[in-house]
Amino acid sequence: MQIKVNNETLEVDVEPEMPLLWVLRDELGITGPKYGCGIAQCGACTVHINGLATRSCQLAIGDLGDREVTTIEGLGNPDSLHAVQQAWIEHQVAQCGYCQSGQIMQAASLLSSNPQPSDDVIDAAMSGNLCRCGTYPRIRTAVKTAAKKLAES
Amino acid sequence: MGKLATITRRTFLIGSAAIAGGVAFGTYLYKRPVDNPLQKDLTDGEAAITPYVKISPDGITLITPRADKGQGAYSIQAHLLAEELDIDPNTATISPGLPGPAYYNSAILTEGLSFPAYDNSTLAENMRSFMAVPARLFAMQLTGGSSTVPDGFIRMRMAGAVARETLKAAAALRTGISRAQLQTENGRVILPDGTSLPYTELAADAATLEPVTEVALRPASEWTRLGKPMPRIDMPAKCTGTEKYGIDLEVEGMVYAAVRANPGIGGTMESFDATAATTMRGVHKVIPIKHGVAVIADNTWRAWRAANKIDITWGAAPYPANTDEIFARIESVIDQEEHRDHRNRDDGEVQSSLDSGDILEATYKVPYLAHAPMEPMNAIVLVKDDSCVIWTGTQIPLFVRDHAAKITGLDAEQVLVHVQPMGGSFGHKLEDTHVLQAVEIAVAMRDTPVKLVWSREEDMTHDYPRPGAIAKGRGKVVNGQVDTFDLSVGQSAMAPNWFGRLMGMSLPGPDQTITTGSWDQPFAIPNYRVTGYRAPEMVPVSSWRSVGASGNGFMHDTLLDELIHSAGADPLAERIRLCNDDTSLKVLEKVGEISAWDGPSIEANRGRGVAFCLSFGVPVAIVTEVTHTDHGIRIDSVFAVVDVGEVLDPVNLEAQVSGGLLFGMAHAMNCETTYENHAAQQNNFHAFEGMRLYQTPKIEVVALTNASKIRGIGEPGLPPAAPSLGNAIFAATGQRLREMPFNKHIDFI
Repeated sequence: MQIKVNNETLEVDVEPEMPLLWVLRDELGITGPKYGCGIAQCGACTVHINGLATRSCQLAIGDLGDREVTTIEGLGNPDSLHAVQQAWIEHQVAQCGYCQSGQIMQAASLLSSNPQPSDDVIDAAMSGNLCRCGTYPRIRTAVKTAAKKLAES
Repeated sequence: MGKLATITRRTFLIGSAAIAGGVAFGTYLYKRPVDNPLQKDLTDGEAAITPYVKISPDGITLITPRADKGQGAYSIQAHLLAEELDIDPNTATISPGLPGPAYYNSAILTEGLSFPAYDNSTLAENMRSFMAVPARLFAMQLTGGSSTVPDGFIRMRMAGAVARETLKAAAALRTGISRAQLQTENGRVILPDGTSLPYTELAADAATLEPVTEVALRPASEWTRLGKPMPRIDMPAKCTGTEKYGIDLEVEGMVYAAVRANPGIGGTMESFDATAATTMRGVHKVIPIKHGVAVIADNTWRAWRAANKIDITWGAAPYPANTDEIFARIESVIDQEEHRDHRNRDDGEVQSSLDSGDILEATYKVPYLAHAPMEPMNAIVLVKDDSCVIWTGTQIPLFVRDHAAKITGLDAEQVLVHVQPMGGSFGHKLEDTHVLQAVEIAVAMRDTPVKLVWSREEDMTHDYPRPGAIAKGRGKVVNGQVDTFDLSVGQSAMAPNWFGRLMGMSLPGPDQTITTGSWDQPFAIPNYRVTGYRAPEMVPVSSWRSVGASGNGFMHDTLLDELIHSAGADPLAERIRLCNDDTSLKVLEKVGEISAWDGPSIEANRGRGVAFCLSFGVPVAIVTEVTHTDHGIRIDSVFAVVDVGEVLDPVNLEAQVSGGLLFGMAHAMNCETTYENHAAQQNNFHAFEGMRLYQTPKIEVVALTNASKIRGIGEPGLPPAAPSLGNAIFAATGQRLREMPFNKHIDFI
C-alpha cells in the first residue's frame, strides 16, 4: 500500500493492522517518533495526521487512508527549524530527549489550532505527553515562546 | 565563584601518542592490548593510549567516556576538555570512544565509605583517595553516583591543557618563537603577529614531541565556558528527532528479536509451545533462552506479536510471591540484633533517653520502584567466530563486555561495545540482562546482527527495582527542642546484590545503602542513632536515582519533622538550630529566604513544608507549598537550594535539580512496584503514571558555592522532594503521610 509521509508517497508491504509507529520506524527508517508504551499513555510516538497530533502507536496503517503523516523530521530540521523547535532549543528543554519528538509535535499541533493558548489550555493539551526527566516547567515556557515566535512571523 | 580547596597536584599521567596523521592525548595504557581483530583500524598510537583528545588533519575529536542518559554528561565532558584546549566543542566530533580500563571512575566508590560527606578530616580524605585504587583495579568505567563532574573536573581539563601546551610547543618549534609568546584561540595557535596555525596542521608535529605535562589549570576567574550557561551540544539533535538512541540504530542485514522471560525474575522457563507463533508472517525462528523464549522476525512489531502467541509454562522465582510477604520479611528484621548490618550514627545515650518520658513512635514505608526510563532496554549484537560487537546504551560498558565474552566464549578483547546515547536510565542501565539475552540470541544467529527491543511490559516486569524499606522511628522532645532521634531501617542489601550480578561475587561487609541519607545527616541532635538492618535477598534490586537516599531522605526527614512539630518549634528554625555543618546551614537559611518562609501555615487549606537531605556530598533544602483543593492536593510552588561547590553550567544545573525533585515528587505521589505470583504488577505507564504537566509546580532553584569540593547534581535534588511534599501536606491538612506512594492516603489533583 502507499502512504504519504513528510510530503513523500512511500510504498509499504505490511499487514493493515500494523501500527503506523512501527511502519515508520522499522519499515521506513523514520525514527523520530519513539516507542514508549504502545498503549497511548506516553505520547512519545506523536505525529501529525493531516496536521492533528495523533498517537502513531494506536493508528493501524490500514486505517490511515490517504491522510498525510508528518513526523518530527517533516516539521523542521537542524538547518531549518520550526518555531517550536527553536523555542525548545532556546529554553534548553531536552534532558534525555526521548519524549521530546512527541512533545514538540503535540505543541506544534496545539499552536496551529490555538495560536495563543492560555496556561490552562497548555496544561490540558500537553498532559498526555509523559516526560520522566521532569522537563515540564521548560516545556510550559517554550510553548509560550513558540506562540510568540509564530505570532511575529 | 566558589572557594574550592586548592587543587591537589595529583598526577593524572596525561600523555600523548602518534595516530594516523595526528596526535592523541590521554592516559597511557599499562600494556598494549592483545592483537585485536576489532581494532585493526586503530593505529599503533591509539592502541597505546586511552585518549580524551584526538587531533588529525581532518579535525578534532573529544572523547567523553561517561555515558549520557539525559543528564548532559557528553556536553559537560566536552566543555571541560574545550575550556583548556581553547576550541569550540560544537565544531569537534564528540564520541564516547571505545570502553577502556583507563577511563576508570575515581570518584564512584568514595560514597560507600563510613564518613559523612561533610567530614573533611585527614582520615576521611585519605580513605576517599584510597578508593580510586579499587576503582582502577575493577576497571570501573561506570557512569553513576553523580560522579561525572567530580571525576572529570581535573582529569579532563588537564588533558585539554596538556594537548594545548604540546600543540604550542609544536608551533614554537616550527616558527622559532618561544612557547611563552604563543596564544591559543578557537582551535588555533596564535602567533605574536596575529597570524595563526590550526591545531589540525600541528597535530603530526605534536606527535613527535614529549608532551608538555607541566601545566597549570586556569583559575575559574579565567574560564570562558565553564561557569556560564553552555548550550547542550546534543540539544538541536534532540529537538529535531535526529538524535540516534540505541533503539534507533540499524545495522546492515539485522533481524529483530523479542523476548518473553519469566515474569518472576530469575525463575525458569519449564516448557513452551510456539506452534502458533512460528507460522506467523515475518517470523524466522523461535528459540529458548535462559529464563524464557525469543522470537526472531523481520521487524519489531511482528516479533512482539509472535512472542505473545507462545504458550509458556513458568517455574517459580526464588523470592516470596507477593508484596505483603516481602514486606513482612523486611519488617521482621528491624531491631533484631542478629540482623543488624551497621550503626554508623550513635551519638549520646539514645537507649536510656528512650526509657523515660513521652516517646513519639512512627513507622515509615517506601515501596519498590521500577526505573521506567522512556526508552526501553534494547541492544544490537553481532556475533561472529572471532568477535562480538554490541551497540547499546549502558552505564557499565566493561561489565557488558566481560559478560558477553563469557557467553560467547571469546576473549574480552574480542568484544567491542559501542555505547549509545540513552533515552533516560535513572539507574536502569546499570544492569545488562537485556544485552546478555541479545548476545544469547546472536550466538544462535551467528553472523547476523540481532536487534532486541524490550516491550514496555517486558521492561517493567524485568526491572531490578529500588528496594522497598520499612523504618521504625522513635524520638523525644525536651523543652521545645528535639532531644532524641532513633531510626531503625530494614531493607534488603542493594549493593552486594547488584555487585553480585556484575562481578559474580558479593561485596563483603555492611551495605551502607540501607541507611544512606539517614545516618549521614549534619544534625547535632543530643541523642541521635541510625541503624541499618539487613533483610534477606528477595526481589533482585538495584540503584535507582539517588540510591539509598531516595527512601531514607523521606524516612529520616519525616521523623525529624514529626519531632519538631511535637516540640512546637518552627520546622525551618529547628532544623537550622540543629544543623552542625556550615555549608548545609547556609542552604537551609537560603531556602527560608527565597521561599519567604514564615512558618508552615500559609492560609486555610494551604501549607508549606521544608525538608533537607545531604546526599552525594550535596546539601539540598526544599520548601514545597501545597493547596488542599476540592479535587485533591495541588502542588503550587517548590523552592530548592543546593551547594555543589562550583557551578559549571547554571542552566543544566537548574534542569537537573528540577528534574530530580520532580522525579522524587512524581513517585511519591503515585508510583510503586508491587508483586503478585512473583511478578511486578505495574507493567506500563497506566499503572505507573508519575507526574503530568498539569500537576507540575512552579520551581525556583538557587545554587550556592560555599562547599569545598565540586559535586555532581544529577541525584541530590531528589531525596528531600518527597518529605517536603509530605510535610507540606501535613501543614495544609493535618494528615501525616508515612507511606509512599501518598495517593494510597490522599488524592492529588
